[in-house]
Amino acid sequence: MATQHSRSAARMMMAPAVVLLLGWMLVPLIMTLFFSFKKYLPLRGDTLGGGLEWVGFQNYVRFFSSSSFWPSVQTTLIIVGSVLIITVLLGTLLALLLDQPMWGQGVVRILVIAPFFVMPTVSALVWKNMFMDPVNGILAHLWKFFDAVPIQWLSHESLPSIIMIVSWQWLPFATLILLTAVQSLDSEQLEASEMDGAPKLKRFWHIVLPHLSRAITIVILIQTIFLLSIFAEIFVTTGGAFGTKTLTYLIFQRVLDSQNVGLGSAGGVYAIILANIVAIFLMRIVGKNLDT
Amino acid sequence: MGRIVLDQVSKSFGKTEVIPPLDLTIEDGEFTVFVGPSGCGKSTLLRLIAGLEDVSGGKVSIDGKEMTEVPPAKRGLSMVFQSYALYPHMSVRKNIAFPLRMAKMDKAEIKKRVEDAATVLNLTDYLSRRPGQLSGGQRQRVAIGRAIVREPSAFLFDEPLSNLDAALRVGMRLEISEMHKRLATTMIYVTHDQVEAMTMADKIVVLQAGVIEQVGSPLELYRAPRNTFVAGFIGSPKMNLLTGEEAAKHDAHTIGIRPEHITISNESGTWEGVVGVSEHLGSDSFFHVKCDGFEDPLTVRAGGELQLSYGAKVFLTPDTAHLHRFNDQGLRIE
Repeated sequence: MATQHSRSAARMMMAPAVVLLLGWMLVPLIMTLFFSFKKYLPLRGDTLGGGLEWVGFQNYVRFFSSSSFWPSVQTTLIIVGSVLIITVLLGTLLALLLDQPMWGQGVVRILVIAPFFVMPTVSALVWKNMFMDPVNGILAHLWKFFDAVPIQWLSHESLPSIIMIVSWQWLPFATLILLTAVQSLDSEQLEASEMDGAPKLKRFWHIVLPHLSRAITIVILIQTIFLLSIFAEIFVTTGGAFGTKTLTYLIFQRVLDSQNVGLGSAGGVYAIILANIVAIFLMRIVGKNLDT
Repeated sequence: MGRIVLDQVSKSFGKTEVIPPLDLTIEDGEFTVFVGPSGCGKSTLLRLIAGLEDVSGGKVSIDGKEMTEVPPAKRGLSMVFQSYALYPHMSVRKNIAFPLRMAKMDKAEIKKRVEDAATVLNLTDYLSRRPGQLSGGQRQRVAIGRAIVREPSAFLFDEPLSNLDAALRVGMRLEISEMHKRLATTMIYVTHDQVEAMTMADKIVVLQAGVIEQVGSPLELYRAPRNTFVAGFIGSPKMNLLTGEEAAKHDAHTIGIRPEHITISNESGTWEGVVGVSEHLGSDSFFHVKCDGFEDPLTVRAGGELQLSYGAKVFLTPDTAHLHRFNDQGLRIE
């Protein structure tokens, strides 16, 4: 990119992508902001063509003061936090196990990664009908085998159930990233620490874990982005009942169930704010691992 | 203290035998160099001593104590790795202190030992830096620092200088030799560079395909190589090895003559030849001379002043007092 000419050529080349990406982001964002200040109830005859009534911050106040708001924020944070903890812990463990030489390593690795390829809707349905069904599910049979009363997973233990399903989906991702990180560790470092008198656990704590810190950070940041917006898993299992209503799900209900576009849009703006708060906290806590 | 004895030690990876059973004694305080071409098993042998690899057979004892089944940390040895193997997320201070922390030494003692090591190795100004912020030579020093704070009974070096540039290598070579004189601790040093072996060692162990070809002091190996392999490996440039008619004249299958034991002349001599490539080092010049009847050109050393043009006709005279004779198995004939 040395000459004037090559610089302007580069700009020309990048322009379409930049315009497209910017448009993709800006149009929905501006529309959401626009609707959030309007009364827009399509079933009551409000149309874009007929002009919408400006209501100021009324939608924001209503969404915020709704009794579902704080529980939904709490649910969102619990799901995100729990899934992060479970996937990072188990992912590290699995990565260390898969790094060991063993028979059939290739097949085992593909099997471990497989859940990631299953669509969220499908995997949630599989869990709902084949595992967690209180009559025919595998877990119910397991409980009966030990003469226990089967758990009504999705109604009595709804939040843990959702966390379990989502963790199962995201565990492969964490494992995959952490496995590559484990493999990139210089074996001489481990041998050096072995000679320096560090037993296995201390080797893990002082050498392996610091080496993994960057990969763990990436797993946490990427997963958070996707976990804040999980929807399908809730939609096909509990439908937002039994305390599993996340902020995303609440917005969905406002827009589609109550057909109140303005109220839902205000909720969308809250979701953006929540995501940013989470992002700021995360960057504070783990972001320094990405330096150098 | 650090007398290391290998008794019929062998190593196989699966069905391939890398090191057939061998015996070796390394005396306390000795600087021993394992030298050999790539893949000769010298690093494996070092790792067997360190305990990083399990022996397939035989016994390793250190200071008279059987150590074959003892884990690496308990053998009282320190190792400096080829890649230095510094811990990238720790400062230099923490890197050096790591073995002491693992040994649960008290804080004041750790601090004192780390600072002593840093002073000796000129690292005092770098103690708070990370390995990534150091030059190759400094990293090498940190690795050595981490090895010496434990006050081991022997140091193991696995090609420690191969990642350094030529000038730094010469400097570090001297530093390690000096450290050995000062500490008087047993050191085992693995290298493929025969110059390092010659300059640093008290005792050289020449290895080929896992077999010890010869053990001796640098000059013993230089003066009386036990076979053609050692003859060709020790000494720079390589010894000229001649077979056929010329060797038969001396009742041998192969004769060897070092470049420095051949005189070159314009007028007369035993062999007649044509000058090929010349290498002028300033103090010395090496000429590659193609002689009639010999397959390979002979390397000849002459003073730095001598100038010979490509294709010039010269005469060579070997110093028969320094002629090495080998039989058809490649073994030395006295």
